[in-house]
Amino acid sequence: MKQLTILSGKGGTGKTSITAAFAVLAKNAVVADCDVDAPDLHMLLHPEVIETKEFKGSKVAVIDETKCVSCGVCKEKCIFEAITNDLKVDAVACEGCGVCKVVCPVNAITLAERVSGSAYISKTKYGFMSHAMLYPGESNSGKLVTLVRQNAKILAEKEKRDLIIIDGSPGIGCPVIASITGVDAALVVTEPTLSGIHDLERVLKLLDHFNVVPFVCVNMYDINTENTNKIMSFCKENGIDVVGIIPFSSEVTQAMVNGKTIVEYSPESSVAEEITTMWRKLYLSLKSSDS
Amino acid sequence: MILSIASGKGGTGKTSVAVNLALSVGNVQLLDCDVEEPNAHLLLHPNLQKTEPVYSLIPLVNEELCSHCGECSKFCQYNAIFATSEKILVFPELCHSCGGCALVCPKKAITWEKHRIGALKFGLAEGLDLVYGELEIGKPMAVPVIKAVKKQIREGENVILDSPPGTSCPFVETVKGSDFCVLVTEPTPFGLHDLKIAVEVLRRIVVPFGVVVNRAGIGDKNVYDYCIEENIRILLEIPYQRRIAELYSRGVPFSLEMSEWEEKFKELYSEIRRAVSR
Repeated sequence: MKQLTILSGKGGTGKTSITAAFAVLAKNAVVADCDVDAPDLHMLLHPEVIETKEFKGSKVAVIDETKCVSCGVCKEKCIFEAITNDLKVDAVACEGCGVCKVVCPVNAITLAERVSGSAYISKTKYGFMSHAMLYPGESNSGKLVTLVRQNAKILAEKEKRDLIIIDGSPGIGCPVIASITGVDAALVVTEPTLSGIHDLERVLKLLDHFNVVPFVCVNMYDINTENTNKIMSFCKENGIDVVGIIPFSSEVTQAMVNGKTIVEYSPESSVAEEITTMWRKLYLSLKSSDS
Repeated sequence: MILSIASGKGGTGKTSVAVNLALSVGNVQLLDCDVEEPNAHLLLHPNLQKTEPVYSLIPLVNEELCSHCGECSKFCQYNAIFATSEKILVFPELCHSCGGCALVCPKKAITWEKHRIGALKFGLAEGLDLVYGELEIGKPMAVPVIKAVKKQIREGENVILDSPPGTSCPFVETVKGSDFCVLVTEPTPFGLHDLKIAVEVLRRIVVPFGVVVNRAGIGDKNVYDYCIEENIRILLEIPYQRRIAELYSRGVPFSLEMSEWEEKFKELYSEIRRAVSR
């Protein structure tokens, strides 16, 4: 089984639109939306939820007010500033470490299981999908990403799918790291802006750090062809395959407004054609690698 | 006033709004809290004044005192410290620096050591004070670096915080404590969906907010309908213009080249000030 993660570093470069198009083109893949705090893939793939599970990623301190003697030691020792002046737990700030519980002289504090989100297993027109929703203001997105990937893997094994396509989140921190560990390859979708290039370089270093094979796609390349050329030569110098160069098109937004992927909405468009070609290249590379 | 610029969805134009606003208002301290992918400096081209390392604190076990009782690893909620009968293993990437392992150690064998996770950079550009954080590549935890950036806030001054995308901990860490938060969105289904989540978070942590619609004219009208229904003020619309996108791609804040925008950003700032003082 192969796993491919779509990343970008910078947000809004087109990760999700491209992942959704891949899901349509792939035919035999399980799709995993690992952008768990701002998931958007479902708006293009319209999954029907088959199974929902609570995500319990961490704990939260609970103070028993009948036992509390208001000494304030918990507040003093909490490095997350999660105990308020009137000695209540600020659940958003609390990271569930348990220090308050240990230091409380009257054992008034316990740690409770915290439900931080939901994980879904769904069916779409194009196959199975694993996705999730982190509840607003909750933390531990990295653990939820890991759960979404585990669910995708179980689905792929059960349904005999040979590929998992993972939509990642922007940035390079914990949810991104959780979405690339152990995958076969990653496609970095960038744009020809100074920010796009800067963020691309950081993501490529991250992929190198975790030994993941990188591919690059330049989206909206015609916004600045000079920068596109810079990206091309940078990738060439570093031996990285640029597998797609996609023009700017308002049709991508139109497809999104209509709740469709670009390959369904406008299959004849140059964007759809370029994404299809890119998909073939990626699929061949994935199939030919035998790690 | 501490004003944060955030979005939910990435790439809606947070940094663009933060930088253009800061330049138009002037005499501002701009803090780029998107420490995973900081971009404000790419628009401002600052003169770098200094760089400081950012550390997190991780446990340091004195093997001579340690009795390998395993209390530390039993306590740790993050599996960051693991005790075997011969050795104690510390996993710095998992540690939240809560200090619990040192507290529960019966032999007082645990102290702290610094673990480098990023850097703070200080620059000057166009009369603005810029501070930005940079998470080291491969380090998972952005929040301690964001905290380090926010420690540089000069209370009582005009402070603008550029938030990372998303709606989880890095976003919450950035916007909490702000007097006001501007949510930059785009009028598309993705923009609206992520805006709604960001709104829920801001309501939960009680930070007043308003919306800036960027790339107005693309997509649909649902963002506007939502804002009316929810009684959320739309503070500014920035139309989709290829020229703005091209200027951005070259690292040029568009208000410098399209002077009519300087006034609009000043007016945006005054409106936020009025909202905050009410």
